Amino acid sequence: MTDLSQNASPTDGSQARLKRIRAGLGKRHAREKRFRLYGIVAIAAALTFVAILFAMILSKGLPAFQQATLTVPVTFSQELIDLEPRPVRESGQSAADFRAADLRWQRDVTLVNWNRVVEDAVRSLAPGSEISSRDLQSLIDSAERFKLRDAFVANPNLLGQTVDMQLLASANADNWLKGNINRDLPDSQQQLSAPARALADELYADGNIRMAFAWHIFTNTDSRSAPASAGLAGAFMGSLYMMMVVIVLAVPIGVASAIYLEEFAPKNRLTDIIEVNINNLAAVPSIVFGLLGAAVFINYFRLPLSAPIVGGLVLTLMTLPTIIIATRSSLRAVPPSLRQAALGLGASKTQTVFHHVLPVTYPGILTATIIGVAQALGETAPLLLIGMNAFVASVPGSPFDQSTALPVQIYLWQGNENRNFFEARTSAAIIVLLALMISLNAIAIFLRSRLERRR
Amino acid sequence: MTNIAKSENTDMNMSSGPFVDVANTPKQQRAPKARVTAQNVNVFYGQKQALFDVCVDVPDRSVIAFIGPSGCGKSTFLRCLNRMNDTIEGCRVEGDIKLDGQDVYDPKIDVVELRARVGMVFQKPNPFPKSIFENVAYGPKIHGLATNKTELEEIVVTSLRKASLFEEVKDRLHEPGTGLSGGQQQRLCIARAIAVSPEVILMDEPCSALDPIATAKIEELIDELRANYTIAIVTHSMQQAARVSQRTAFFHLGLLVEEGPTETIFTAPNDKRTQDYVTGRFG
Ligand SMILES: Nc1ncnc2c1ncn2[C@@H]1O[C@H](COP(=O)(O)OP(=O)(O)O)[C@@H](O)[C@H]1O
Ligand SMILES: [Mg+2]
Repeated sequence: MTDLSQNASPTDGSQARLKRIRAGLGKRHAREKRFRLYGIVAIAAALTFVAILFAMILSKGLPAFQQATLTVPVTFSQELIDLEPRPVRESGQSAADFRAADLRWQRDVTLVNWNRVVEDAVRSLAPGSEISSRDLQSLIDSAERFKLRDAFVANPNLLGQTVDMQLLASANADNWLKGNINRDLPDSQQQLSAPARALADELYADGNIRMAFAWHIFTNTDSRSAPASAGLAGAFMGSLYMMMVVIVLAVPIGVASAIYLEEFAPKNRLTDIIEVNINNLAAVPSIVFGLLGAAVFINYFRLPLSAPIVGGLVLTLMTLPTIIIATRSSLRAVPPSLRQAALGLGASKTQTVFHHVLPVTYPGILTATIIGVAQALGETAPLLLIGMNAFVASVPGSPFDQSTALPVQIYLWQGNENRNFFEARTSAAIIVLLALMISLNAIAIFLRSRLERRR
Repeated sequence: MTNIAKSENTDMNMSSGPFVDVANTPKQQRAPKARVTAQNVNVFYGQKQALFDVCVDVPDRSVIAFIGPSGCGKSTFLRCLNRMNDTIEGCRVEGDIKLDGQDVYDPKIDVVELRARVGMVFQKPNPFPKSIFENVAYGPKIHGLATNKTELEEIVVTSLRKASLFEEVKDRLHEPGTGLSGGQQQRLCIARAIAVSPEVILMDEPCSALDPIATAKIEELIDELRANYTIAIVTHSMQQAARVSQRTAFFHLGLLVEEGPTETIFTAPNDKRTQDYVTGRFG
């Protein structure tokens, strides 16, 4: 610097200065280029992994949405279904009597040998076959007999008629037809007997068995005896109830605590300690919350085991710190000039917060909420500790009913012994969970952009 | 400097003064009636003292300017008058500040009421991120000044008129106030302050973020408002102080060095420091 200022002529000085600047330019540009390159490489790597993940899940899971389905003419033969006609309410009969009679009739319907009906139906497609009943029934999902029963209860006029019905092939048949199992394995290692495999191939070749969209994944609950018809409805509803509990509890409590701590609480040791603890809480492993939930909600408050209400409470505890921290930081980001404007007009503290500060933070709070809820939705570990990994074969009607949850269902299916079949099912469940997450995020982005536009 | 001050204030007659409310003040009363009086005001930010024994009277229906170098405590003093200092963590105010003879720091005083009586316009225009209408209507709404919609609309329109903004925005009252230009935003903030009919308006460097044309408009507006309001304005521009105020108070390092009729402060100050400041030797 000094030698520059001592230069004889000013032009000489500025020449030398320019030269120095230019000498450094190359290095500066190179550094910038290098940094950009690192960035691009990092993003490319991240995108590659995401792409691989999605490709794997989709390639494994999508086939599970197509399941081998047999179209057969089912005969509701008089012989097998040897029943009185469904009772009709006679004049003078009391309602209770009528209901008792009707229930008796329904029980009789259930006692009908529906397996035989199924067997006869399938056999009608392979008239010459010597196949045993056991082998033949191994081709059809064992829950399908209830489909026939329900169809009959709904319409007793079917008696004596023959109607085309779609029956789900068993998980083993599905595996065999999809090639999920090595066809060259010896008989002893196959899931189906040789005649059953041959019949399955024949039916598939004839077009009687087709791959159809597996709607029941969305409408059925989990099933152990009839894996082909196992679905996610129970787990989905369980997750939905838990999400509702989380939204109803965590959002108001979290936002209210954040507002109080940020805007009203005196700044002292106590609030400092609370702040540190909330931050620590956000870092507590989720399984610890599960333990807490088991100890407090189940052992102490005696709430039911495996219930979404308990899961929701546990997840609420887990989500609260996320929402509080995010809400506080968006409150802190509101420019002080906005508060001053309101206070200067004579708005009270509460009016200032609720009329002016809070509306500005809605997008931030919304994002935090969605992130928190999405995190809660994907959480598995704490749910295992409060019994939500139990096998539940019904759709929960309320948050107090036993239920499982989507991620737990994934975990359970992942551990199912029928690997060939449930590997795809697991991926299918993952797809459903991811779709749910992505739609949650899409809603968040949509709401956010709307809120921001309104400003 | 002094020339400007003189030439721009020729219409000012210091002895009788335009700040004497002709209608309400008996002819023999020469000194302007004080609306706000401050006695021995000391302000601390934590351990640090920002104001030392400040005594100023803000005369009724006139403009008093607070001038002084940056950090001398002008804003701090202004904020004492409507207790905006209450909102600053660790700020402590001592002394005696009275509005119409009533102690402003009396625990029985409700700050909400006080701020409805003493409005404030800030350095940076800070309209709410709402429509122009909502901005102006907010104050009357929370204070319950309008009983119905027509009345509210009337207040909004009158306030915008008084702030000389109505003509420019009358076709877009329901568009966001943040979409206006800087000068318009500041006038909107003035309209917002006026809408609650305060008795005193505090302005903290209201033109420092504005261009000269917008500044001129605001100054003109202040001059008009003086007929009905008591105004205290902080400014770093001595020309502005000379143009808009009838009295000027010079602050330096937390001390009130000198206070008097604007012309006197700019032409014949008593204190050497005032002299140095108004002639541009420091600050
Ligand atoms: N919020 C605050 N916290 C701590 N000190 C402050 C605060 N506001 C102002 N001060 C101090 O008080 C003094 C006066 O500040 P201020 O009133 O803003 O000056 P001016 O408006 O005259 O430029 C300055 O020294 C400043 O550092
Ligand atoms: Mg200031």
